[in-house]
Amino acid sequence: MKAIKEKHPLLMRWTHWVNFPILTIMIWSGLLIYWASDTYTFSIFGVTFFRFFPQWFYDALHIPRRLAEGMAFHFLFMWFFALNGFLYVSYTIISGQWRELLPNRHSFKEAWQVLLHDLHLRKMAPPQNKYNAAQRIAYTAIIIMGFGSLITGLAIYKPVQFNYLTWLCGGYHLARIWHFALTIGYVLFFVVHVVQVVLAGWNNFRSVISGFEVIDETPQPVIQIKNDESNEKAE
Amino acid sequence: MMKVTKKLSKIFKKRVAKKELTVEQTISRRNFISFGSFAVLAGAAWGGWRWLYKSPVEPNGITGQAHLPLRAVLNTNEKLVRGLYSNNNLVKTYPKEMAAKVVRHNSDIGSAGLVDVDAWKLTVKKSNGEVLNIGIDEIRRLPKTEIVYDFKCVEGWDQISHWGGVKFSDFMAHFKLDAETALEYVGMETPDKQYYVGIDMPSAMHPQTLLAYEVNEKPLPPKHGAPLRLIIPVKYGIKNLKRIGSVNFSNTRPRDYWAEQGYDYYAGL
Repeated sequence: MKAIKEKHPLLMRWTHWVNFPILTIMIWSGLLIYWASDTYTFSIFGVTFFRFFPQWFYDALHIPRRLAEGMAFHFLFMWFFALNGFLYVSYTIISGQWRELLPNRHSFKEAWQVLLHDLHLRKMAPPQNKYNAAQRIAYTAIIIMGFGSLITGLAIYKPVQFNYLTWLCGGYHLARIWHFALTIGYVLFFVVHVVQVVLAGWNNFRSVISGFEVIDETPQPVIQIKNDESNEKAE
Repeated sequence: MMKVTKKLSKIFKKRVAKKELTVEQTISRRNFISFGSFAVLAGAAWGGWRWLYKSPVEPNGITGQAHLPLRAVLNTNEKLVRGLYSNNNLVKTYPKEMAAKVVRHNSDIGSAGLVDVDAWKLTVKKSNGEVLNIGIDEIRRLPKTEIVYDFKCVEGWDQISHWGGVKFSDFMAHFKLDAETALEYVGMETPDKQYYVGIDMPSAMHPQTLLAYEVNEKPLPPKHGAPLRLIIPVKYGIKNLKRIGSVNFSNTRPRDYWAEQGYDYYAGL
């Protein structure tokens, strides 16, 4: 028999979806800014594998020569990004939802089992409540990353007035690199996240819009027959 | 209007109370409400974005070329940041050895070609209409201050560089420009008036703001703004005007080259 199981509270669903367009605009306007001094590359042992970003990429997204516009958009939407993050984190703390979110002492071992399961190398996934161990780690990490973007962002935005933040980030130059690296992190997270959501299916996806999952609850018989024989068989 | 809403809510309550919904009904009802609000909100968000993206651009003036709502936000951000601003917040300084030997230079607007240093005079327009013409030797005789700091360009690059000159605040005190420091803005322009900046007085009077005549302990070369340039560590490079020709003071924003082209007027760090 079908039953409703509550999963995501309203505020968590809203902040989740509101974050999507905000972060998209922040990344886009961030690209408009980054283009003006696009010095970062991905190199190992002096061999450059990738340059951020190739010309075709800029051209496809109409990025070049829009620094002033990028800054103006970035410094508006930074407020929404911070406010939305503040709402989510405050709610998670006050409501007690953090218990479902933060990794616990089993999470790191279990996350490995989840990974093996997802890669079809292990049959059974470890038991889970709202989030499995890998989700706990990933979703907590993304919140910390968001906080990191805020701090590194402020460190670049006003490096003299917020000089303690700039110091905390290892200086202005490094703060800009962190700020960029975190953004690349979001994009990678997004790719994995979307693949996982598609694989997890409709019930899971709906729960982030409607708040609940539909589960199949087999009703317990009113009279439980205690039978030694049947217990033995069940074993 | 109130009556209608009350009636409606009564009817609604009655209906809900009338019959308990089956699980299936609850599911489809909640889905309908959630997906419905999701669609409405997504539509509103998209509409809001299109409105902002296509919002009118401000008319050309002291600031220009930015979308009107975005310019309003830049100006609001400026107010908030100026509330936090303090002349006790200093830019980080470095040992001399860390300064770049080859100092980056980005633009020649207003400072292209050579300048006759001996004939050059700094024109200071006082608020009473009086004009001072000051030669470079007179400025060099004032107490010298050096700074090695991380110069920051609005484009995103930064470079540790070493500058020497007179503190702007010392300069103001020496030439008895006290009445001028009470005004809100300083304007500076190149001799050919091709490049110009406006700076709020607190930033100009910051203890690390210099009228610089040396880089790496040598007189400024032409490309770095010989004979005198502004070094203002609490601003992006765009405000660090090279080859200063004239200085003026006002209570309104002086014209500013990049603010006219969509950039934030304040451009503070």
